[in-house]
Amino acid sequence: MTDWPILSTVTFLPLVGVVLLLLMRGDGENGRRNVLNIALLTTTVTFLLSLLIWIGFDNSNPGFQMVEKHGWLGTGIGYHLGVDGISMLFVILTTFLMPFCVLASWKSVENRLKEYMIAFLILEVVMTGVFVSLDVVLFYVFFEATLIPMFVIIGVWGGKDRVYASYKFFLYTLLGSVLMMLAIMAMYWQSGTTDITELLKFGFPAGMQTWLWIACFAAFAVKMPMWPVHTWLPDAHVQAPTAGSVILAGVMLKLGGYGMLRFSLQMFPLASDYFAPFVFTLSVIAIIYTSLVAMMQDDIKKLIAYSSVAHMGFVTMGIFAANVQGVQGAIFQMLSHGIVASALFLCVGVIYDRLHTREISAYGGLVSNMPKYAVAFMVFTMANVGLPGTSGFVGEFLTIIGVFRANTFVALFAATGVILSACYALWLYRRVIFGALDKESLKGLLDLSRREQLILYPLIILTIFFGVYPAPIFDATAASVDLLVNNYSAALQAAQNVALSVK
Amino acid sequence: MTVETLLASLHLSIPELILAVGALALLMLGVFMGDKSFRTVSWLAVALIVIAGLWMVFRVGDGQAYGGVFLSDPFTRFMKVLALIGSGVAIVMSMNNPAANHLDKPEFPVLLLLATVGMLLLISANDLIAVYLGLELMSLALYVVAAINRDSLRSTEAGLKYFVLGALSSGMLLYGMSLVYGFTGNTGFAAISAALSADTRSLGLVFGLVFVLAGLAFKISAVPFHMWTPDVYEGAPTPVTAFFAAGPKVAAMAILVRITGEAFQPIIADWRQVIVFISIASMLLGSFAAIGQRNIKRLMAYSSIGHMGYALVGLAAGTKTGVSGVVLYMTIYMIMTLGTFACIMAMKRKDGTAVENVDDLAGLSTTNPFMSVMLTALMFSMAGIPPLGGFFAKYFVFVAAMEAQLYALAVIGILSSVVGAYYYLRLVKVMWFDPATNEFARVPGILRLVYGLSGVFVIAYVLFGGPLGDAATAAAQTFF
Repeated sequence: MTDWPILSTVTFLPLVGVVLLLLMRGDGENGRRNVLNIALLTTTVTFLLSLLIWIGFDNSNPGFQMVEKHGWLGTGIGYHLGVDGISMLFVILTTFLMPFCVLASWKSVENRLKEYMIAFLILEVVMTGVFVSLDVVLFYVFFEATLIPMFVIIGVWGGKDRVYASYKFFLYTLLGSVLMMLAIMAMYWQSGTTDITELLKFGFPAGMQTWLWIACFAAFAVKMPMWPVHTWLPDAHVQAPTAGSVILAGVMLKLGGYGMLRFSLQMFPLASDYFAPFVFTLSVIAIIYTSLVAMMQDDIKKLIAYSSVAHMGFVTMGIFAANVQGVQGAIFQMLSHGIVASALFLCVGVIYDRLHTREISAYGGLVSNMPKYAVAFMVFTMANVGLPGTSGFVGEFLTIIGVFRANTFVALFAATGVILSACYALWLYRRVIFGALDKESLKGLLDLSRREQLILYPLIILTIFFGVYPAPIFDATAASVDLLVNNYSAALQAAQNVALSVK
Repeated sequence: MTVETLLASLHLSIPELILAVGALALLMLGVFMGDKSFRTVSWLAVALIVIAGLWMVFRVGDGQAYGGVFLSDPFTRFMKVLALIGSGVAIVMSMNNPAANHLDKPEFPVLLLLATVGMLLLISANDLIAVYLGLELMSLALYVVAAINRDSLRSTEAGLKYFVLGALSSGMLLYGMSLVYGFTGNTGFAAISAALSADTRSLGLVFGLVFVLAGLAFKISAVPFHMWTPDVYEGAPTPVTAFFAAGPKVAAMAILVRITGEAFQPIIADWRQVIVFISIASMLLGSFAAIGQRNIKRLMAYSSIGHMGYALVGLAAGTKTGVSGVVLYMTIYMIMTLGTFACIMAMKRKDGTAVENVDDLAGLSTTNPFMSVMLTALMFSMAGIPPLGGFFAKYFVFVAAMEAQLYALAVIGILSSVVGAYYYLRLVKVMWFDPATNEFARVPGILRLVYGLSGVFVIAYVLFGGPLGDAATAAAQTFF
């Protein structure tokens, strides 16, 4: 069992589902059910297998585990997989969210269901691949490959302005990431390898770090997305089908954060230190500005999309605080946001399936006839606000502590952002759920069906569980984060010593 | 020349001899059997190409022939096999409904065969005179096939335009060669290189160099010598366009690599700036000019201009990585192009009329899922999106540019690839997002095979990219 390539298995298992789907007919009532069953089965099995990674994971080992390494394309590009405390939980998050995506699409996707599921399974492969790859070229291949299925998902199954949104999503993120490709090449010629484990040990010259950092930051900041390059996100979220939004918010935004942790911070510590105030500024603007923008939205999905940008501001801030609390908090915030934002989009999907509108003004008073829904939505709203006892609190609190140690004023502004997030989230909740049920169209709405309960209840449990007892996550990440932070400060210290000795 | 050296020379050029003699025999066959022999002659031509290709792979060794004007090494063999594949596939595709374009004459495959001989000679050329002979043999055949649909105004216009501009470029090439000869005293590549290393180069030689490069840039349709491309691509019958886009580009690129990498290697600083300029200009024009195109063949013309720009990025680096990047780029480019043209040939309404507009693809994903998936893969690959083959082609040329520290070239190139992605995405959008307006006729099996193989190649490139990359590196090794 120890020699079994578990990471490759988990990464490529969904392809088996793709092949099965390709071989069968998807039309007719029976075909439709078969497609759904196969997709659900594949994603569930993948998730269960991925749990083996967590079970087999050694929390005390800060390095990469379950490593697989083979030659691939020549010129040093290898097929090199492995996980450490930073990446392991993102793999689990990805595989965990996929069955929910399938369930959420059970009824809402009416045409071309087979192609839809194929696109999602391929998306799962490439997203998992990003987190497990230990070769920069392999990483880039997976990182960029996410664009193709997502472009098709938004464009084919999206809303009214889907074409515009899909183009914007594709070209925006492509423009961001091509520069990273050049950075990868420059890193290759400087260090002679594309192996991430080698690159992490390789100290890049200070002058070069600045350029490499900027090129990589362009890719990750767009993906994250950070203010001011966030504008593709609201469009993409609004137009994407529910499951597409779940994946966008739940996993794709984390690719940027993961990239910053893995590349920017660890490989270019000097540049990260140099640019930290810049990132803090952008993060604070993102937190406050997008929270204010979120408050003014009429579209529920757009509101949640802007709140995602704000929450990602906490993540970037925590990452570049570069201390244990900040980095731990950033990872936790990403995981928690992966659950909470996904759940919020699923909640929107529930009422969108019934009424086919996302206008906030079309709703009101849902608590009277949808009490279960009201409770579920409330839990996630509170988690989004960061109420103690929910997972949202832990991440925000830690990132603010982390940044407080680095820069008090940034922490002050970020904390104001928490208040603003309470404003928009609670106001949204009031407008949708409370008030009088006087709209005719709403009176006939039914409460959560069994399928919807199956989707939302596990997420409620997780949100509260990790809010009360976050230890399983911190246990897994602690060793790797300690190593990261120590290496980071050692690199800064070394640079300072060199500077002193020159004087 | 003794009998032994002549025999050795003949031995090295057997594939070319097979094709040349075969072409003459097939011409006789066509003359005596008349127009009905089209299919027989075509299949025999393909058979000859296959035999020549197999012979090339298994029986031809390294060495020089005919007093050093003809060269055989791993690089020439790789490129020749590539050109043969391109020609063979194009001939096979031309057999699908030839009557529509008046291609159903036996001289058509014979002309393509002669053009192929020209390509092989061009790739193997080791001397300026040999370059010119190979180039003209290839071009003269191509001028005729461009205008082969002589009742069509557009086809004859394409042929004439190609001929006039081609003659101009041949003139420039010859003029450049005469200058090079005048200032170095030699026409052989090795001797030119030796003369250039020994002396400081004179200004007249630079003139010669620029003219030679201009003549070759015309053949690969690089900016600013690209003007013929959109008109010829659009005007010529589609099977002919497919042929133009494959083998001749490979051959011209191969000789460009040979001339810059060997004959003019000592004055790399002089030719590099020329190559960098035409590379940047081609990439930018290929990206921006294609945006407004409605006709898919014109679109492919601009796309090929852009692709030549990317291939030249590798050449500009002038290193082993760069040359192997060019070789790989041309391989992947050719396979993508053939697949795309197979799709274009499959664009035919139920009543038999061929359509060429991008919008005619609307809703293809519902009417013909297989073709649309393959064409989508090809488009994303051309745009350079991983994990498809086209990404790796771009990766290896840009990695060479970064090695040679041509940062501006790399940044401009990579940004123009984002612009280029826009119009490739438009095809994907039309196929997937738009509702179907009409349905195409059943696609002939041969076209399905070609675009199927081509699509599978770009999708599965990640699986066999290693060995292919090694082969390209081995081919590039001959220069260093």
